[in-house]
Amino acid sequence: MIQGIDYAAVAPPLILAAAALAVLVADAFGVARRVLGLVTGSAFGAALVAVIALAAGERRATFCVPGGLRGSGPASCSYVADDFTLLFQGVVLTAAVVVVLLSLREITDSRIPAGEYHFLLLSAVTGAVTLVAARDLVLLVVALETLSLPVFALVALRRYDGVASEAAVKLFLVSVVSSAVMLFGISLVYGATGAMHLDRIAPALAKLPSDLDPVAGVGIMLVLAGFGFKVAAVPFHFWAPDVYQGAPLPVAAFLSVISKAAGFAGLVIVLALGFPAYGHVWGPLVGIMAALTMTLGNLLALRQGTAIRLLAWSSVAQSGYMLAPLASGAHRLPEAVAATTAYVALYAVMNLGAFAVVVGFRRRAGAVGGADALDDFRGLGRRSPAVAAALAFFLICLAGLPPGVMGLFAKVVVFRSTVAGGATWLAVIMALNTVIGLFYYLRWAVLLFAEPTGRPYATAVPGLPVRFAVGAAAAGAVVLSVAPQLVLQAVTSVT
Amino acid sequence: MILVLLTALPLLGALALLVPAGRFLPGDAAVVRFGAAVSGATLLVAVCTAAVFDYGAGSRTQLGVNRSWASSIGLRFHLGVDGISLPLVVLTALLTFLCFVHLARHAPAGGRTRLLTGLLLVLEVGMLGTFTALDLVLFFVFFEVVLVPMYAVIAIWGGPGRADAARKFILYTLFGSGLLLVGMLLVGVKAGTLDMTVLAARHGAGLSRGVQIGAFLLMGLGFAVKTPMWPLHTWLPDAHTEAPTVGSVLLAGALLKMGTYGIIRVALPSVPHGAAYWAPWLGLFAVIGIVYGALACLAQTDLKRLIAFSSVGHMGFVLLGIATLTPVGVNAALFGNIAHGLITGLLFFVAGSVKERYGTGDLRELGGGLLSSAPRLAGTLTFAAVASLGLPGLAGFWGEMLALLGAYRPHAALPRGTFVAFMAVAGLGAVLTAAYFLRLLSTLTHGTPREPVPVGAARISAVEYAAWAPLVAGTLLVGLWPKTLLDVTTGPVRALLGGG
Repeated sequence: MIQGIDYAAVAPPLILAAAALAVLVADAFGVARRVLGLVTGSAFGAALVAVIALAAGERRATFCVPGGLRGSGPASCSYVADDFTLLFQGVVLTAAVVVVLLSLREITDSRIPAGEYHFLLLSAVTGAVTLVAARDLVLLVVALETLSLPVFALVALRRYDGVASEAAVKLFLVSVVSSAVMLFGISLVYGATGAMHLDRIAPALAKLPSDLDPVAGVGIMLVLAGFGFKVAAVPFHFWAPDVYQGAPLPVAAFLSVISKAAGFAGLVIVLALGFPAYGHVWGPLVGIMAALTMTLGNLLALRQGTAIRLLAWSSVAQSGYMLAPLASGAHRLPEAVAATTAYVALYAVMNLGAFAVVVGFRRRAGAVGGADALDDFRGLGRRSPAVAAALAFFLICLAGLPPGVMGLFAKVVVFRSTVAGGATWLAVIMALNTVIGLFYYLRWAVLLFAEPTGRPYATAVPGLPVRFAVGAAAAGAVVLSVAPQLVLQAVTSVT
Repeated sequence: MILVLLTALPLLGALALLVPAGRFLPGDAAVVRFGAAVSGATLLVAVCTAAVFDYGAGSRTQLGVNRSWASSIGLRFHLGVDGISLPLVVLTALLTFLCFVHLARHAPAGGRTRLLTGLLLVLEVGMLGTFTALDLVLFFVFFEVVLVPMYAVIAIWGGPGRADAARKFILYTLFGSGLLLVGMLLVGVKAGTLDMTVLAARHGAGLSRGVQIGAFLLMGLGFAVKTPMWPLHTWLPDAHTEAPTVGSVLLAGALLKMGTYGIIRVALPSVPHGAAYWAPWLGLFAVIGIVYGALACLAQTDLKRLIAFSSVGHMGFVLLGIATLTPVGVNAALFGNIAHGLITGLLFFVAGSVKERYGTGDLRELGGGLLSSAPRLAGTLTFAAVASLGLPGLAGFWGEMLALLGAYRPHAALPRGTFVAFMAVAGLGAVLTAAYFLRLLSTLTHGTPREPVPVGAARISAVEYAAWAPLVAGTLLVGLWPKTLLDVTTGPVRALLGGG
């Protein structure tokens, strides 16, 4: 039987995959680094245009179970380009453009092979873009692996650097283990329900015979654990700081924004579409995970002396906030999904902004990837006031205080949904965590405007791309602070 | 729309200061003049608001604006004033304006006047917004707006221990507002609306007792940090002492009121059962605060620190008034708010002037004899101190007296014996308050002046007169004619407590 494919629906991943191959071939023919970067950036741009075009049209779905095999069941499409998908694809692709901008100089400075770098980046984003559209467990796992595998290599691309290699090995091992755990969970769910499509699993779970109940429960927990690794939730978080530190900075930005956004999209898809009947099982688990994640992440972020490790732990803590709404289980699920989605989208803007500044303005004292201690940011406000103001604004946004209204609203949405879902205890823990979070964000922000001490050091003036990335993120943060409803509205209409 | 103008004016003023100094208002003097003009215009708008306000219907929110903002989370841009908020709005606008008047000649050490002006204007936006917001989330947003500017004011222009004081201030208050957010959202979600007028009209109908108790605890803690209530007050003495004069004035005069105003506006009417459950505890902490504040004051050697601790005591009276849950008590609280704003604002202005002239705020180094070496300064200080200790005929008296009266006859649901005991202890606290203020005056204003008297100590600049006179006049006005204020608040307080 020949199945029709809706090429328009799959256009974004298709464009990226084609571009990835093109870059690989072009690199073999010795095309200049610049051109490769340009091609990669344009591919992300083109995919973004495709996403916007799709968003204007109807909901599309493809790779559906053919009518003859469907029986009386639902349509069961593997790839669905609905509003939720397109929103996440938009976030991922926009973030990818910024990552490309951040990489251009890093590639030269760190002597990273440009062709491979761009090829791997394109492949990983292809995986991310597919992941958020996947509506069956097989495609989900394949997309997740497509996202993960290139990242190991990306982390290790600074071949001469032992830290990078160690980080890559760590990431590799953690990722493989988490994939294995997740696959085992998926096999249990499949065994219990006999279905791989989420829209078939959900009804099957709802009327599962009681003797299969533990099987499905364990399966769901394992799937949750697998995603826990991807989004760096405690207790599956320990890889994050070392990997962030070892990886080239743009790759760390990629991990903390794109990889995380895709991971959360996958988690939300699985929990909300596939396992709502087991909300009483995964709800409390997610709640405990969220509480541990934000608390541990924040407490450890307090003790960090380098910018990148601080961002790493703070990004762990932020994962906790994103998980929190889902703690209410199947109760008020659409609202919880909307809250998590909104937080992920807003977080992407603030965190990318912070990374962009760190990439562009950290110390470049000879050794590549060396010192980027927080103290190096002391007095940045004197040298480049605009950039210091931007970084301070991103940090205040992350802390969730006005004038970073964007971050404040992200927190309000998450709090609201958590309280509405009946997890007031979690909201209280979250409230206490915002105080810890503020402490280290504020300490860094204040440092920017403190008197510079010690000997002055040479900072390479960052190129136009990085400046543009910082400016774009700052503009986005300001716009969303003035009009947070842009994201909030989009998110509600999506779910 | 007049309320939108009220909050938009200082905001636009602050935004205008983002324009680089070279293009717009070069020089510090021009910037301060600009700030004074903007805050003066804001004060004018506030006075106009008070003028067009219909006092016959003070319990109704008036001059409202109600627009959808982020409909997905039910957030509305909903502003309005009633008899409860109107006096606070005028007080805030007045104090901010006086701060700019004061800045014109007495810029704090630390320079960067442009930044200071912008921050004070943002601070004003947050305070005015808090007092006029009628949507829970909008209220919270404004409540949070003040944090970063006040932090920066303390951290940049403060005294020697400014960094720690500023950090303590922002961490404590953020801790409070985090819990506050949870409490408010709990109410909002369970009641299905974020509209404060609707919530107040329902008087807790539709909210289970458990939810009410939990929500009041969370919101109460949030507001109690801001107020501050003993034992959550420890940020306040440091912040007040280290802050520059304008920071202390705004902090004591208007910022603290956001806490007590919040309890009255949000917590009392929306979750009355929770309030009734926690009221004895609130009363207990309030009287502990009164006595503790007074005892702490007796031990202080720093002028600003003493005034700061006296705030803990005065806010204790305000909280005691609230804890009675009666119209008399809540009226006393609102009266005490305004009186404390006027008097403590004046005290901090005077303390700032003393510190500026003598280079220290330490009572032992200042010595005595201020009345002979700087008679006008000492006279104003004496006036403010006796007003603060509650001399009948001045503003401080009525708030405390009515609070004690309220405690004598608390709400029927509350244990009367307990509250009468509170009243007795609070009365003792009032005596102690008189004691430490008299001790302050005897050490500072009487005796022989220290030698040599700094040059120009006796002269009071026109700017200082301008900053002090309205506060002195206000203290006299509400002290001699308390009805002017009580008439405005009585109606809405009755409505708020469900007494019709």
